[in-house]
Formats: sequence, C-alpha cells, structure tokens
Amino acid sequence: MGLIQSGLGSLAAMIPLQPPAASTTAAGIDNLYLVLSGITAFFTVLIFSIIFVFMIKYRRRSDDEKSAATHTPLAVELTWTIIPSLICAVLFVWSAALYVQNGRPPASSTEIFVIGKQWMWHLQHSEGPREIDELHVAVGVPVKLTMTSQDVIHDFYIPAFRVKKDVLPGRFTSLWFQPTEVGTYHLFCAQYCGTNHSEMIGWIYVMTPTDYAAWLAGGEKTESLAQQGERLFTQFGCNSCHTGDATAHAPSLAGLYGKPQKMANGETRIVDESLISQAILVPNSVHLPSYQAIMPTYQGQIDSDQMVRLIAYVKSMSSEERNGK
Amino acid sequence: MAAHGAHPPGFAHQFETVTQQREAGTLGMWVFLVTEILFFGGMFTSYIIYRSLHLQSFIQGSHELIVRYGATNTAVLIFSSLTMALAIRTAQTGKSKGQIIFWLILTMILGASFIAIKLRFEWYRDYVEGLIPGVSWLDGGTHTPGVKMFMCFYFFMTGLHALHMVVGLGILTVLVIMTARNKFSSQYYAPLEISGLYWHFVDIVWIFLFPLLYLIGGRY
Amino acid sequence: MSTATADLHDAPAEPGVNYLNASYGIRSWLLTFDHKRIGLLYLASITIMFVVGGVAAMLMRIHLIEPQGALFEPETYNKMFSTHGIIMVFFFLVPSIPATLGNFLIPLMIGARDVAFPKLNLMSWYIFITGAALALYATLSGGVDTGWTFYPPYSSHYSATNVTIVALGVFVAGFSSILTGLNFIVTIHKMRAPGMTWFRLPLFIWAMYATSLIFVLGTPVIAITLFLLGLERVLHVGIFDPAVGGDPLLFQHLFWFYSHPAVYIMILPGMGVVSELITAFSRKKIFGYSFVAFSSLSIAVISFIVWGHHMFVTGQSIYAGLVFSVLSFLVAIPSAVKVFNWTATLYRGSISYEAPMLYALGFIGLFTIGGLTGLFLASLATDVHLNGTYFIVAHFHYIMVGGAVMAYLGGIHYWWPKISGRMYPDLWARISAAIIFLGFNLTFFPQFMLGYLGMPRRYAVYPAEFQVLNVMSSAGASILGIGYVIPLVYLIWSMRYGPVAGPNPWKAKGLEWTIPSPPPTENFEEIPIVTEDAYNYPVAEAHKYPDAPGVARV
Repeated sequence: MGLIQSGLGSLAAMIPLQPPAASTTAAGIDNLYLVLSGITAFFTVLIFSIIFVFMIKYRRRSDDEKSAATHTPLAVELTWTIIPSLICAVLFVWSAALYVQNGRPPASSTEIFVIGKQWMWHLQHSEGPREIDELHVAVGVPVKLTMTSQDVIHDFYIPAFRVKKDVLPGRFTSLWFQPTEVGTYHLFCAQYCGTNHSEMIGWIYVMTPTDYAAWLAGGEKTESLAQQGERLFTQFGCNSCHTGDATAHAPSLAGLYGKPQKMANGETRIVDESLISQAILVPNSVHLPSYQAIMPTYQGQIDSDQMVRLIAYVKSMSSEERNGK
Repeated sequence: MAAHGAHPPGFAHQFETVTQQREAGTLGMWVFLVTEILFFGGMFTSYIIYRSLHLQSFIQGSHELIVRYGATNTAVLIFSSLTMALAIRTAQTGKSKGQIIFWLILTMILGASFIAIKLRFEWYRDYVEGLIPGVSWLDGGTHTPGVKMFMCFYFFMTGLHALHMVVGLGILTVLVIMTARNKFSSQYYAPLEISGLYWHFVDIVWIFLFPLLYLIGGRY
Repeated sequence: MSTATADLHDAPAEPGVNYLNASYGIRSWLLTFDHKRIGLLYLASITIMFVVGGVAAMLMRIHLIEPQGALFEPETYNKMFSTHGIIMVFFFLVPSIPATLGNFLIPLMIGARDVAFPKLNLMSWYIFITGAALALYATLSGGVDTGWTFYPPYSSHYSATNVTIVALGVFVAGFSSILTGLNFIVTIHKMRAPGMTWFRLPLFIWAMYATSLIFVLGTPVIAITLFLLGLERVLHVGIFDPAVGGDPLLFQHLFWFYSHPAVYIMILPGMGVVSELITAFSRKKIFGYSFVAFSSLSIAVISFIVWGHHMFVTGQSIYAGLVFSVLSFLVAIPSAVKVFNWTATLYRGSISYEAPMLYALGFIGLFTIGGLTGLFLASLATDVHLNGTYFIVAHFHYIMVGGAVMAYLGGIHYWWPKISGRMYPDLWARISAAIIFLGFNLTFFPQFMLGYLGMPRRYAVYPAEFQVLNVMSSAGASILGIGYVIPLVYLIWSMRYGPVAGPNPWKAKGLEWTIPSPPPTENFEEIPIVTEDAYNYPVAEAHKYPDAPGVARV
C-alpha cells in the first residue's frame, strides 16, 4: 500500500497539475479553471455513464427485437437547452468580469518597455538598465509592460502570472502583473515567429524589494530611458521642428502623452505609444486636422530600442516645459 | 411525365424534368454569384477599412485616376447589360438565331471595349507614370506610401473584375457558338439566361467599384 | 408507373451490373460523371493526403520525446508542423466526409440519380487534385514553415520557404470546396424524390446542407485572403505591412472569418454521420429530429460571428472580446443539444455494437470533452492563459480527431457494404476502434495538462519539466497510428475477399438501403415516392417493456 502511495506520489511529482501561482490574478483564473474543469468532468461523466447504462440495459437481445417509440417532449428539449445556456451565461459573466478587471493596470505600476525581435526579448527599465531574456522585478509591486515588436508578431507569456499578450510590429500592446511570490518563473514566446520561436524564452526573477533595489543599483550606471530618448530626439533632428514654439511647423509634444487628440476625419485617438510610433514611422497616416504631410518618415532609421527611448522622452515632457530642453 | 423519346435539346439525364433542370441551373448560378459576392467582399471590406484609416491618401490616390474613362466604362457596361438582356429576350420570343447572335456579339464588343479602354487609356498610362505597385512603381512627389496602398487596391480590385470580364467574354463566345449550332429555342434558352445573370453581376461589381475608386473626395 | 424520361432510366437493370463494373479502365474512372465514382476518387486522394499528414504527425511526436528534440533542427520541425496542419486541415478534414460520403450518399438518400451538376462534380475533383499537387510539391521541394495560419509579417516578409506555392494550392483547393458546396445545395433543394419533404430528410442531409452553406459563404473569403497574402509576398505592396500603414491583424480577421466556420465544416458532416449511426444501430427514430436539424443550421449561422475568439490576446478592444466571448458560448449550445438528443435516442432502443456504432459512441464521448474544453477558450480570462499553448492543440484534436475522424471512420465502415458490396471483418474493425480510442486519449489528454502548465504550441524544443507528459503523448500517438493502419489493411482486403453484402446488411432505414449493394450507376430503377419519415423503425408493443416511473409511454 505504501509502495503504491509513494509510487503515485512520485508520479504526481513528475506530472504537476498546475504551474506556480505567483501573481495577484492567478488565483482568480485558477478558480475559474477549476470550475470549468468540474463542469467538464461532470458532463463528461454524466454522458459517459448514461451511455454506458443504456448500452447494457438496451443491448439487442434478438435480431427481430424492436425499439420503443420515440416521443420528444418539448419540455425535455427546453430543459437541456436552457440549463446549459444558464451555465454558459454564468461562466461568461464571471470570466468577463475577471478579464476586464485584470485588464486595468494600477496607476502606481512600474513601467517597463519590452521589445520582441527574432529571437530574443529586450526588457527596458525606465531607470535605464536593459535586460535580455530576463526580467528582474520586486515582489508585491505592480509592473506594466508596454511592448512592441521589431519584426514579426511575437507573444509575451508568463504562465506563473497567467498573463499573455501578443507583441506586434508597428504598434504597442501592454499587460500588467503584480508578483506575489519570490522566485524564478518561465517566460515564453507564445506566437510562432520563425525558426527559433521555441528558443525565444527566458526567466522572470521576482526578488524582495531590498534585493531588487540592490540589483537596480548594482549594474553599470546608465542614464534613464527618458534621458537616452532626449539625446536621440536631438540626434534624429526631431527638435529642429518640434521646438515647442507656437510658430513651429510641428506640434509641441509637451504634455501630449495620454491626451485625446482629434484627427482630420473627426475621430479622436488617445496619444499613446502606438500613435507616437505610428507618427514617427508612417507620418502620412496620422492625419491631424491641420494636415500638411511635411514630416519625413523615419521608417528603417529608428529601431524598436530607439523608439521606446524616444517615447519615454515624450512621455516625460511635462506641460510646464517649453522649447524642449 | 414526358413520353419516352421526347428529349428536349440540352436535357441532362440526372434530372427528371426540364423544369427541374432549369430551376437547378438558375439556383446554381445564384449560389455561385453569392460566392462571388463573398470573394469580392473580402477585398471590399479591406478597402473600406483602409479607406477609413487613410482617407487623405485614398483621396490623393483617387485623384490619380481619370474619371472620364471610368465613367465611359460604366456606361459601356450598363449598355452591355442591356444588349445581353435583349439577347435573352430575342431567344425567349423565338426570333432567329441571327438576331440572338447579333445581340450577343454586340455585348462582346462592349465588353471588349471596356477592357480595351482600361488597358490603353488607364493601365498603360499608369504603367508609364509609375503608378503600378510591384510592376512599375516610382516613388516621390504624389506617389506616397499611402497612395501606393490605394493603387494596390485599385489594381487588385479592377484586375480581379477585369479577369471576370474576360471569363464572361469566353462564356459569350461559347454562347455564340451554341446559338449558331441551333441549340436554343423559345423553349430552351436556359444557358443564355444563366450567363446573363453572371454578366449582370460583373456589371454590378463595376457599379460599386467606380464610385469607390474614382469618386473619392470630390473634385468638382 | 413509369417515371423515366431518358434511355438511361428505361434500361432494365441487368443483374450483377453496378457502378463499379459497368465500365472498366482508367479512362472510365478519370472521366466519370457518376457521383459514386467521384466519391471514390476523392476517397483515394484524401487517404493519400491523410497518410502524408499523418506521417508528419508521427515524426513530430517522435521528435518531441526529447526536450531538446530527438530528430530535427527547429527549422525542419517548423516545416513538419506546418505541413501537418495545412495538409490535414485543407486537404483532409475539409473535404473528408463531404467529398467522399457526401458525394456518394446525397443522391441516394434523397432519391435522385446524381447530383445537380455531375460535370462540375468531376471538375471539383480535378481542382482538388491540382491544389493537392501544388501543396505536395511545395512540401517536398523545401516545405513551408509558417504554420497553417500563415500569419504575416512572418509569412509575407520573413519566411524563406514555399509560402506562395502552398497558398496557391490552398486557394485552388478552395474552389473545389465551393463547387462541391454549390452542387450539394442545388441538389438538396431541387432533386429530392417526390414525397421527400425537408422534414423527412435524413439528418445527414441536413448536416451536409448546413456544411454546404459554410462552404459557399466562407471559402471565398480565405481565397481572397490568401490571394492578398500572395500578392503581398510577391510584390511587397504593404496591405499587411505596418511599415507602410498596413495591418497584420487585418489578415488575422480575414483568415479567421473563414477558418472558424471551417472548423464547423469539419465537424458538421461528422455529426450528420453520427445521427445516422445512432439511429441505425439502436434501430430507433432519432430523439428530437427537428431540434437536431435546426441545430445544424444554427451552428452554421453562428459560426460566422465568433471568429474573434482566436484573437483575444492580440490587443483588440475589450468590447470586441466581450462580444466574441458571449457569441462563442452561444455556439456551444446547439452542439450540446445534439449530444443530449443522441444520448436520448439510445433510451429504450435495440442497440448493437458493430464497429460503426463503436465509432459513433466514441465520437459522442470525445466530442463532449472537446466541446466542453472549448468553453475554457470562449471564457476570456482563462483564454488569456491558455491561448497559444498545448491546451488549444488538445482541444481541437479532441474535436477533429476524436470527433470528425472517428465519425468519418464510422461512416466509412457503415456504408462500406453499400460502396463496395462487401463486408469487412467486424472483429478487426472493433479492435481497431478500441485501439484508436485508447491511443487517441493517451495522445491528447496529456496535452491539456501541458497547456495549463504553460507549454506553448509549435515548440521544437521545450523545458525538461514537460518531458513526461510529452512522452506519454508520443506513446499514445504510436498506438493511434497503428489503429489507423489496421482499417486500411482490412478494408482493402475486403474489397476482394470479404463476404458479399446484401442490399441492407444492417437492416437500416434510408433510401440508400433499398437499392442493391453496390448500387447500379443510375441508382434507382424507378425514382421512389417517399411516404414515411426518416428512421421509421418498427416499434415494439407496449407490453414488451416493463413500466417504469416517469418513463414516456410507448
């Protein structure tokens, strides 16, 4: 008996049933998963058992045996249509609520930029440190990832946090998490992206706040992301038109990030990372009301790493600043 | 049931009656046209999405097209639908095969004119001016990336349409031969009718293409 | 009483002359207009494609025994899974039941002599062969590594493989589907025998009709999508390229607008087959005929408005997510209704367990699991975690393989005597059904677990902690492979050595069982006049069954 138990025990150890639950949203998803599994198991067992019982009880005993007549009471049909519909309705509402809730990053989130490219991840802390295929974060601190791809579609997936989002070229997507357990967790690319898709993996290191602070301070000194962006702003000549003066040909960028912007076709878009990158790379597609199409395109001249620095810089421009810096 | 031996011309033996065959043929053509609507529909949907995202570029691109040729072609096609309908009417009323062939050939001439006008006055000009993406595109000036996108849609959509026109001309050729061989009568002209449906459909696709491509943004 | 109007119909049927021996020689097969022969041409072609796709699967599963990959470089593995998906989806599953059993049976079941457009039918087969040849050529001359989903920008600007040729092959094969669907719609509308009203049709016909609606409405969209992708790849014009204002997500919307309904193309015919098998082998009228019929139609309709559930993690708006999620839950309901109706049909039936019934019962069980796991994916919160993992792979294989392929095999076995005039050895058939059922579950159940643990799909190498489940899955795949080979052997064997089958070896209801096995070329000597409902099995006297509380009276 003990042998069987230990055998099963080691089997169970070899075949884990769930990944570590290491974020604030993991438990909610696991609960929903458990209920879904329960419903699946229930109906599977129900159907299998009924069929099994019928198979035995109504097996043909002689070749000329006849079956009973079939009556289809409407009540029966309605019952097994309505009950599953109700179950589905409950599941939908529960899941949708979780999804909407999980979609809102807390305002105090640490912001980290992610660039996916064949076949590695660049993770860029605002303070400056850059990591490749690894991300160090502090436990209990919410983190918001703003992500773009240099080339094809990738997907940023941390199973332990139950978070996943596609990473697209030409625009930015985001996800957030708040780690609850110190530890090391898998990072996977979950959208097929070519030859080394399965090697575009890495690790998330969740550390205590003290360790994290030490890690952040311990690396080689770099400027913050926004400072690096400011230098690029000059390097690429952006400041020659976007001077911040009212008379400039180009709109002032100060305080622009996060604000709604009316477009030429009447639609309003929020100035977010995607719009900024679109304006830099495909300026003729961003039709402002006073559309003049004089901004040159930087397609092919600015890669995603430079793009996130420029964006960080634009985000950092408060409305009090004028004339750039 | 029809007496044994009385086989109407063109009767197909999987059917029981001529009526059944005619109804099946007509339903078949309508179902086929529905698939064509979905086929063009994918392109129209993409067009609509990009037009709303890049309206300025699409207006610019549309101004590269010459409205009078598009308008002429529209008139040509509408008239060809008339001649096609007259061909069917001629058969329906039991007129001579010569008259049927007259209208069919007139339809073919109009269809061919459509293609000729496109090729000679529009596409050849686009080729020379460097407006055909992937074939003769010249960057610079008004030839912005957004205009390139517009021209992609222009050539994809009108190209696919022209291909359908050419197929239509092939069908008309077959009909002319069949008429010449006395296949049709006032009792039996289903192939003419069914082909007419196809021809009218190709016409209607153009009726949508013309304003969507040529008339954006107004310029008058 | 004469109903015939043409020579073909008037000729008295010579005994012993059937559609197989009415004419000999390759030309009589390659130039046939007979829907039954065309069905067999398709049967041969898709069996070949199934073997190609199956070999790719076997190689993949062997490779995945080791975390670092046992057989291939990642580049080759990527070509393997792409080939497997493309061939299995477009060249096996989509045509399988419709082009083989559908072509063979629809005229027989409705009391017609052929489909509405026999020449178009033959042309469909040639178009299919052309598409398949292009796809095979692309595979053998270097392969494709984009996955069957062909997402740009990878497929349009980055992949250095034969994308355009394969896309062309799929494009061409799509027209085969469209014409088949068109043929079936017109046939079912216009060629039913006198008295065969819509509500007397066998449910297989309802299922084929619903499938044909999807063929006709959905396939043109994948055609235009692949056409645009091909142009993008060849001409570099920018419809899906963000660098010039294009949108890679537009491709996904267009692609899934077809490919989601496509999965219902793949399962609806199987559901139709199961309705036939359950009734025949319990010798009982289906429970809830009109509910099953209308559920087929509602699945076809709703299938067109759920495609966004493939894109929940692409960054699309929350509102889009909510709408597609609720609609995806909705589409599950008609499928559930079918499962309950099939189960209720068994109640007080007279049930026997020949191989076709085992396949049908296996279908119900595995489709139930596969369908319920779809709820995990319709549910937004859990889909975020499960998308792109092996959970998805397990889900769709439960439905496609545990469902569709088992229904296909069940149908082939059930109608084999009608098609070939011979019986196959039922003991071997039951053994292989059991092997397939066991092998299948061992292959794919561990994959649900792998998905939840976080193993992404399309991975050529994986972390070592996933190895045990992968090895279990590969072991199951070997068993499954054996299970598929056995029927191939005995079915071919039976064509020559199997006992001769009479017109109705199963004593089943249905017009196809009223004519000889194999049928004569013209199907019916006289077009029947239908006076009874489908599945009008004789019913027992009341006293044969003891009263039970709450049981419906006989």
